[in-house]
Amino acid sequence: MELTAGLVWLLVASALVLFMTPGLAFFYGGMTRAKSALNMMMMSFVAIGTVGIMWVLWGASMATSNEDNFFQIFANPFSHFGLHNFTDPADLLKVGYAATFAIITVALISGAVADRAKFSAWVIFTPIWATLVYAPLAFMVWGGGLFSKDGWFGQTFAPVIDFAGGTVVHINAGIAGLILVLVIGNRRGFGKDPNHRPHNIPFVMLGAAILWFGWFGFNAGAAATVEQAGLIWINTLAAPAAAMLGWLAVERFRDGHPTSLGAASGVVAGLVAITPACANVSPLGAIALGAVAGVASALAVGLKFKFGYDDSLDVVGVHLVSGVVGTVAIGFLATPSQGPAGLFYGGGSTQLVAQALAAVFSIIFTAVMTFIIAFPIHKLMGFRVSQEQEVVGVDLSLHAETAYEFGLSGRGGSFQPLHELITGKQLGETVQVPAGDAVSVPTQGKKTAAGKESVEA
Amino acid sequence: MKLITAIVRPEKLDAIREGLEAYGVQGLTVSAASGYGRQRGYTEVYRGAEYNVDLLPKIRVEVLATDEQADDILDVIIASSNTGRAGDGKVWTMDVFEAVRVRTGERGAAAI
Repeated sequence: MELTAGLVWLLVASALVLFMTPGLAFFYGGMTRAKSALNMMMMSFVAIGTVGIMWVLWGASMATSNEDNFFQIFANPFSHFGLHNFTDPADLLKVGYAATFAIITVALISGAVADRAKFSAWVIFTPIWATLVYAPLAFMVWGGGLFSKDGWFGQTFAPVIDFAGGTVVHINAGIAGLILVLVIGNRRGFGKDPNHRPHNIPFVMLGAAILWFGWFGFNAGAAATVEQAGLIWINTLAAPAAAMLGWLAVERFRDGHPTSLGAASGVVAGLVAITPACANVSPLGAIALGAVAGVASALAVGLKFKFGYDDSLDVVGVHLVSGVVGTVAIGFLATPSQGPAGLFYGGGSTQLVAQALAAVFSIIFTAVMTFIIAFPIHKLMGFRVSQEQEVVGVDLSLHAETAYEFGLSGRGGSFQPLHELITGKQLGETVQVPAGDAVSVPTQGKKTAAGKESVEA
Repeated sequence: MKLITAIVRPEKLDAIREGLEAYGVQGLTVSAASGYGRQRGYTEVYRGAEYNVDLLPKIRVEVLATDEQADDILDVIIASSNTGRAGDGKVWTMDVFEAVRVRTGERGAAAI
């Protein structure tokens, strides 16, 4: 089969979407405190590892359209195990594209548990969650399951419109993040410690830029026609643009200053909101949708302080809230030229009801399933680090690395008293040199690679 | 000999350097510092949440001087870094027992 332009675009789009996950690493990494920046970035990176493998082995089978499925919830994990038995020449392209979605959805969750999640638990959690939560939801919405036109929900109400993942990706990741926070608890000093503020806003803006760039592949990758591709591209520009201005307006009038972090966050909120709707709303609809999402998320990120759940990097405020806005807004704004019409276009409330119910269903499904996965992991092996490790910083205590040279400004803190805890080794004694020779040599510092920094800090 | 140490606003570094150069000071050492005095900290806002930051960025300027010059240099630093608002910083002098120019081995006032 010849490699047509459409398939080439799918290849490129897949690479764009995969690039979003390292982009997310920067977006999140800049938003944490300096001593956990590497761990934050690693949680995104390692999701490519764990979910990438899982998707090749059985994930793709579970989400691919298949008669052999479990109550329209997920397909037989072994039907294409290891990607065998595919017949259509383009099948592997589609699997690759779908894999990148699974990866970033899992990576998105990590922002909720910054600074304190245990890395080993995260590595175990991610492929299990992708298997039991992501793949089923992807099958239900995109693979011919429950919410599709042949599924029970699609027959009873209306097939859910979720072009690129409002329910599957964003509501899903947002609610999973919230459940993880409730299971593993808040950071020490949540809401009081000023060191919880972001340490590198330029990283955040770089990450937002990479995300936006990749999002054109995310939304437009599955475009079927020229008209649809053009509409999706424009909507993926217009909605985040409006959302950025919406978020900045909230900040200007509420806090007095429009901030860089607000601009970057607004862009992501707008991208989240347009994701399910990108092929079904007009460009003007996208602007309206983006503006609502930007304002809603800007207002929602403060809720965690009111309710006391430490969703550290606002996965709930940005992805759940804007994901719900985008998913439900389709019920109002869907244009008849692209499919079923929304309420504002004379289509009645059928689609609106279907969209709202699908949002509610995915919230309940993901909440229950995430709890079932995370709670045993937390009980059996612990999903968070010890208090000492948290104080030292998860970069040093979990990875024996630090992102920066600490010490000068006092924000990194001295690691010396905790040397033994980090490395499991005694701190070396300083060699007593004869008087007159002013140089002292720490012995242990040269021998052990791990903990060297703490020796010399 | 005296060591003059000034902990002042970072943005005043250029004014201090120009003032000291005009007075005839040959060298100085600058390092980054952080801390607070009566002005306490300041507030940063991220995603609508306020964070009270206690430790403000400051610079520490250190100058070696002869006993005769020390008071003048103190005045130069004060004049060039004063804004009249809380947070201007502190300057102090200390006695120095000995100073040696590493390259030549000159000692005392000759090393300054």
